Amino acid sequence: MITSGSWRTKSFKSYNFKALGVPPAAGHLHPLMKVRSEYRQIFLEMGFTEMPTNNFVESSFWNFDALFQPQQHPARDAHDTFFLKDPMYSHTFPMEYLQRVKRTHERGGYGSTGYQYSWKYEEAQKNLLRTHTTAVSARMLYQLGQQEEFTPVKWFSIDRVFRNETLDATHLAEFHQIEGVVADYNLTLGHLMGMLYEFFKKLGIEKLRFKPAYNPYTEPSMEVFSYHEGLGKWVEVGNSGMFRPEMLLPMGLPREVSVIAWGVSLERPTMIKYRSEQHSRVGRSQGRSANGPR
Amino acid sequence: MPTIAVPRDALFEALGKTYTDEEFDELCFDFGIELDEVTSEKEMLIREMGEEKAEANDQKASEQVIYKIDIPANRYDLLCMEGLVRGLLVFLRKIEAPVYKAVLPSRPHRLLVKPATAQVRPFVVAAILRNIAFTQASYNSFIDLQDKLHQNIGRKRSLVAIGTHDLDTLKGPFTYEALPPEQIKFVPLNQTREFTAVELMDLYSKDSHIRHYLHIIQDKPVYPVIYDKNRVVLSMPPIINGDHSKISLSTRNVLIECTATDLKKAKIVLDTLVTMFSEYCETPYTAECVEVVRADGMVEKYPELRYRNEVVTVCDINRGVGINEGAESIAKLLTKMCLRSQVIEGGKSIKIEIPPTRADVLHGCDIMEDVAIAYGFNNITMTLPKTSCVAKQLPVNKLSDQLREGVAQAGFTEALTFALCSRDDVSVRLRKELATIPAVHISNPKTLEFQVARTTLLPGVTKDDIGQQEHAPPDEAV
Repeated sequence: MITSGSWRTKSFKSYNFKALGVPPAAGHLHPLMKVRSEYRQIFLEMGFTEMPTNNFVESSFWNFDALFQPQQHPARDAHDTFFLKDPMYSHTFPMEYLQRVKRTHERGGYGSTGYQYSWKYEEAQKNLLRTHTTAVSARMLYQLGQQEEFTPVKWFSIDRVFRNETLDATHLAEFHQIEGVVADYNLTLGHLMGMLYEFFKKLGIEKLRFKPAYNPYTEPSMEVFSYHEGLGKWVEVGNSGMFRPEMLLPMGLPREVSVIAWGVSLERPTMIKYRSEQHSRVGRSQGRSANGPR
Repeated sequence: MPTIAVPRDALFEALGKTYTDEEFDELCFDFGIELDEVTSEKEMLIREMGEEKAEANDQKASEQVIYKIDIPANRYDLLCMEGLVRGLLVFLRKIEAPVYKAVLPSRPHRLLVKPATAQVRPFVVAAILRNIAFTQASYNSFIDLQDKLHQNIGRKRSLVAIGTHDLDTLKGPFTYEALPPEQIKFVPLNQTREFTAVELMDLYSKDSHIRHYLHIIQDKPVYPVIYDKNRVVLSMPPIINGDHSKISLSTRNVLIECTATDLKKAKIVLDTLVTMFSEYCETPYTAECVEVVRADGMVEKYPELRYRNEVVTVCDINRGVGINEGAESIAKLLTKMCLRSQVIEGGKSIKIEIPPTRADVLHGCDIMEDVAIAYGFNNITMTLPKTSCVAKQLPVNKLSDQLREGVAQAGFTEALTFALCSRDDVSVRLRKELATIPAVHISNPKTLEFQVARTTLLPGVTKDDIGQQEHAPPDEAV
């Protein structure tokens, strides 16, 4: 057409730069798993080692008792927790440590009054689907307490936890918990706040404030709030604290060692980071198609 | 986390200051409670029943502003307006924390425990509030606090149940007994005729509120019951009180009894009730002791209202919080949290008096937290720990991430499926016998979709595929 010059007399359709075109064949990673990778990267950059959270089944002992969570605590209700029918009970525990846990619940010690109730072995034996990854942190800290000499650690995990819920748009029976743990001599609440600040800064969240809270196994406990520009208000993004001495000392950790820890859900800070336009997407993918068929 | 509803104007009047919602929210935040919602009785009713019904149903629903406030689960002393106001006023240094006293009269009332109670609900504690003057507001608050304590520390009355009585309608000594249900007969609260315990269990099986507590004693051979000298029934815990001794606005002398399966919690509940409401007694912050004669003959006096001393070192506090305050300053901070403190050992340590309202203080670390709260969490300087570690990935996660990347690059879409599924998903639907599948079984799932932990990824992926087809164009899945 160019050599013959016939183009001069032809009429052409104008270019459509808005056309979508043929989509290239591509695979996709799951959005929630992409966010997980981002968090994993942050922890690794900060020098945290990944904890072995590849066991969904846990005993009540490690999930609750080891954390100084009393046996009548509401979280231990069948209403909230998936208990197992088969296998129903666990039978192997480090018995000396278990006795120390029992004594601390019942009568205290290590400077504590304890809860002053009668602690039952059978209750601790009950198997369940872990309600938090802190059960794994407890196992790890116990191992650390057994070392001949204490060495400082920084640990993290991102994995599934379970709650006995009926599914709907805002409730899931399975979700992901992100957890960070630091154990060292003389850690302070100021250290915990500094750590949280660096952690959230890497997500692009810099406006933080801290609210006193209650948690059975941490004291002091702090809820972490971040300012949501889209919503124009402070939103809770995580929970944190210093593990109680009643939890750490029976494990055999030295008295001068403090352990700071925090937990975040995989979805919430993401919502804040991507502002409100993504609010619905993260929220919905959490509640529906992203995790599971509905 | 329990939530309490308090009328805003009355709250501000008691606090002696009017706040904007934002200002009050800030105060709550610093103190460790949370202003959850600003609402009104009318709004609450409308939400519950729909606008038209609410209009028709109740003309009286007021529009006065109500604050709904979240209270930490271990702070029983903040579960009513009285305690909240006291806590905040002390925090704001407007008042000093009151000193609570248990007074033993020359001839105290006695409550005798019979051995049979051990079979069903072994513990009881009791106290008397003398010459109390209720107003409608404080009376309502008294009833509300009992409900809050029942639901929270009382674990829906299974651990602790409270009964309150007009002492002037009764005659001591009282007995705490356990009898076969057919032998218990009385007029229960707000009824006009006598029922046996057997009939009562039937009557309340349809009651939207009380039926939730029946299971606590239903199958026991004997039911707990408290009588006075003339065999008047005070209560059949944890189900219902007797009508005879019910309290009213004009009640002057209140007998409080708490029956329990956990003695420590019963003591906390009793202490909480008397410390909160002795405020309205002729001699404020004072409760009269009741002697409980245990089945073994031991005599105990309640309420305990025990003050306990703890000593913490200034160094430990500073080192834990990450601040550098002097002993005097820390003692002052603790006083803001209702913990009277005194500098000892030449400024090296602090002696702290834990009042009976602060059952949550178990250890020095609880005291440390109170220093941090009074100092202000957000005033603490953030620092990074010097902890230095070399990071390591969990090998199995490293491997699975490499696989995921590779498979996705080959054009597959990643599915994230539940770890739980139904029994059929791992058996019948895969043409396998359930008995041959070594699955983890859940005893109490709320839905049939979560009966077992998956034994294979296949059911999850096929379900996801079905879901995808419903919501979006089909895609390759892995």
